[in-house]
Amino acid sequence: MKSFDNEKSASSKGEAPAGVSRRGFLKTAVSVGAGGVGLGMGLALPARAAGASQPRRGGVLKLGMSGGNTTDSLDPTLLPDWVPLNQAYMLMNGLIEIDAKMQVQPELLTSWEAKPGAAEWTFNVRQGVTFHNGKTLDADDIVYSINLHRGDASRSAIKSNLAEIAEVRKLGPYQIGIKLNGGNADLPYLLSDYHLLVVPNGFKDWSRPVGTGPFVFGEYTPGVRSLFHRNPHYWKADAAWVDAVEVIVINDVTARTNALISGQVHAINRVDFKTVDLLKRSPAVNVVRSAGGQHFTFLMDCSTTQFADNNVRLAIKYGIDRQKQLDTILRGYGSIGNDHPIPRTDRFYAADIAQHTYDPDKSKFYLKKAGLSTLKLELATSDAAFAGAVDSASLFQTESAPAGIRLSIQRQPSDSYWDKGWMHAPFSMGYWGGRPTADQMFSTAWQSTAKWNDTHWRDPKFDALLLQARGLLDDGKRRELYREMQSIASENGGAMIPLFADYIDATSSRLKGATSHPLFNFMGGRLAQYVWLEA
Amino acid sequence: MARLVLQRVLLGFLTLWLVSVLIFAGTELLPGDVASAILGQSATPETVAALRTSLGLDQPAVQRYFEWLVHFVRGDLGNSLTNGQPIGAELMPRLFNTLFLACYTAFVAIPLAVALGVASAIREGGVLDRVANTVTLASISMPEFFVGYLLILVLAVKFPVLPSLAAVSPDMSTGERIYTTTLPMLTLLFVVTAHMMRTTRASVLAVMGSAYVETGILKGLPKWRIVVRHALPNALAPIINAVSFNLAYLIVGVIMVEVVFVYPGVGQLMVDAVSKRDLPVVQACGMLFALAYVGLNTLADVLAVWANPRLRHKR
Repeated sequence: MKSFDNEKSASSKGEAPAGVSRRGFLKTAVSVGAGGVGLGMGLALPARAAGASQPRRGGVLKLGMSGGNTTDSLDPTLLPDWVPLNQAYMLMNGLIEIDAKMQVQPELLTSWEAKPGAAEWTFNVRQGVTFHNGKTLDADDIVYSINLHRGDASRSAIKSNLAEIAEVRKLGPYQIGIKLNGGNADLPYLLSDYHLLVVPNGFKDWSRPVGTGPFVFGEYTPGVRSLFHRNPHYWKADAAWVDAVEVIVINDVTARTNALISGQVHAINRVDFKTVDLLKRSPAVNVVRSAGGQHFTFLMDCSTTQFADNNVRLAIKYGIDRQKQLDTILRGYGSIGNDHPIPRTDRFYAADIAQHTYDPDKSKFYLKKAGLSTLKLELATSDAAFAGAVDSASLFQTESAPAGIRLSIQRQPSDSYWDKGWMHAPFSMGYWGGRPTADQMFSTAWQSTAKWNDTHWRDPKFDALLLQARGLLDDGKRRELYREMQSIASENGGAMIPLFADYIDATSSRLKGATSHPLFNFMGGRLAQYVWLEA
Repeated sequence: MARLVLQRVLLGFLTLWLVSVLIFAGTELLPGDVASAILGQSATPETVAALRTSLGLDQPAVQRYFEWLVHFVRGDLGNSLTNGQPIGAELMPRLFNTLFLACYTAFVAIPLAVALGVASAIREGGVLDRVANTVTLASISMPEFFVGYLLILVLAVKFPVLPSLAAVSPDMSTGERIYTTTLPMLTLLFVVTAHMMRTTRASVLAVMGSAYVETGILKGLPKWRIVVRHALPNALAPIINAVSFNLAYLIVGVIMVEVVFVYPGVGQLMVDAVSKRDLPVVQACGMLFALAYVGLNTLADVLAVWANPRLRHKR
């Protein structure tokens, strides 16, 4: 069962935000301005597929999910895995929602405005929303909920993401102000993080969370199951169709697939890449495939003498057969990476950067340029890095041999890999869950000062471009800067990124309304409130 | 007899204490701690330190062990480090589930195994003997999760008569519970029956060669009567041992079956707790398992003495 462990920290690093386009920014502001409170949501949210059935109220939705442990907690500062993430979104609402097109949409914050320089922001709080305990939502609740993740005593997983926030304060009963240490045009994206969930001011009882969400707390056994009932007063008009939602934790992928086929659950997450094609043959099952930012990394520590020379890094980058990795490791359910972390779904993705291909001769050439005829390397890997990481390493071992790269694979145990392997071994493997914006991705793992700069790569020009792009509101200019950053990362960066992996869910054909979402499985964690069951 | 029982019980307590020290030391030796395990890849030194302090992990290990021991002796299992819930409340429903499945399986397996063992001893080399031998040998050679998958394939997917998920909930009636747990029960049945049946057969056959059995045969007693009245009581000691061993297995060793059938037993709880370094939970589960093993083995020893007059009466 160690193979589930690669999922354990998946969500804790799953996403986080930054980067609203000027257009998207205006669109949001306008729609809210015109529609007033209560409108705005549902705009670009799960678009209903043409010809799909009309939503229908009723039934008990059963979800079979991987990513749950008996050690789970619904405390928004922790949310250690996929199951608690989904359960938390059933009970509570976020501040801002990300739609299927990767745009920010209002949730409990309805509209926002930045002063020039994007360092001072005001946000308006949705009115007429009540918590499950009857309390009316106001600015105090929002301030309290954000501050759970800030301050010295906070143990929040996103504490460092929010470090750029200098102050959060109440401006009026339904308005808050946020001051940043520096300008960031992408603050709304930052606030869309799934950890930022809203509870009543002063609330602490995480064994029974009270929120404004589509479902009300019922039964809950961590890592086993939960049963939450529909919130009859839910504020979203076009959501919460089912009477109740039951989550059954099924970490074993075979058991999960069996449960769907034998009709014991309506949907499962994280389908095994190896069996997707078999599953697709069944008429009673639909497969939902979402392309997103999740990518797999081979990390070269640029602070070591071995990898300090960019020629060595390029030799590695030309020594892997990406197409073969895609076909073998992901059975085609993903796309090829070009050694920078920005996915095709990102609005700033630069399609015109030359793709690194499998070319042992070129690889040899760069080794020679570095003054080497052969290169001996030790690659630290583990099943924790990503599902199939060890296989991927073996493939790479064979593929890179003709270039003169002698790779030995050092396999480490899953439960200590993030502690001892990743960011410690000179050559290691890992993955990132992707971020809603290019700025967020780069500042999390690529900026030289980033805490998780897992290749210890330093490029002053890259850092400068990143800071410059962050404060800009002109989309065209930003696109240019992000193109340059992607190019620098691809040519000079310390990470080889061969693959972007899709997220795959499977649903019973009775379940309607489930769509792709670029953030992660189960419509970014909000599936339960948007789907309905056919009679 | 009373002295023997007392001695066994005292030894049992000593074993339990040693187990608790070993579990504590073992978990401490594992790399990483609960704080870094909870935060996973997103751990930064700052958040790990904050979490450690809030969980009291900055105290020395020896001090934490004795604090745990004092509370444990008073019957307080403490709270889980990861989700803050009281461990007792978390453990009890799972313990009930584990015991339920163990009893359900034992209820079917023990009579079946003993009956099959005796029957194949009576007709040694017969069709029943050979079939039972082959089937039990085959099933004991396959890993239990594989048997589980085969049973799911046949009884849940191809011919959907039983549910593949044994996701029991507290509000279920006993009938529903039995229905839901039948597939895991069948899987375990395959695993435990073999051992008990073969021990029964072997020990009955061993006794069959002795002089008093020969006397019985010469006297003209029917074979079943010789086996049931004369051979079986004298072959009881090894059978009791095999049964207690398998009962202990049913309580402590069924983690793979729990995973395959998504059955919320104690095994899964302990595995999750070990991977998250949730020490108090690991300790509680470990003590429970040790208690089951020590308790059942002590009981088996006492019963074996009771069943054997030569051991019961001092020479």
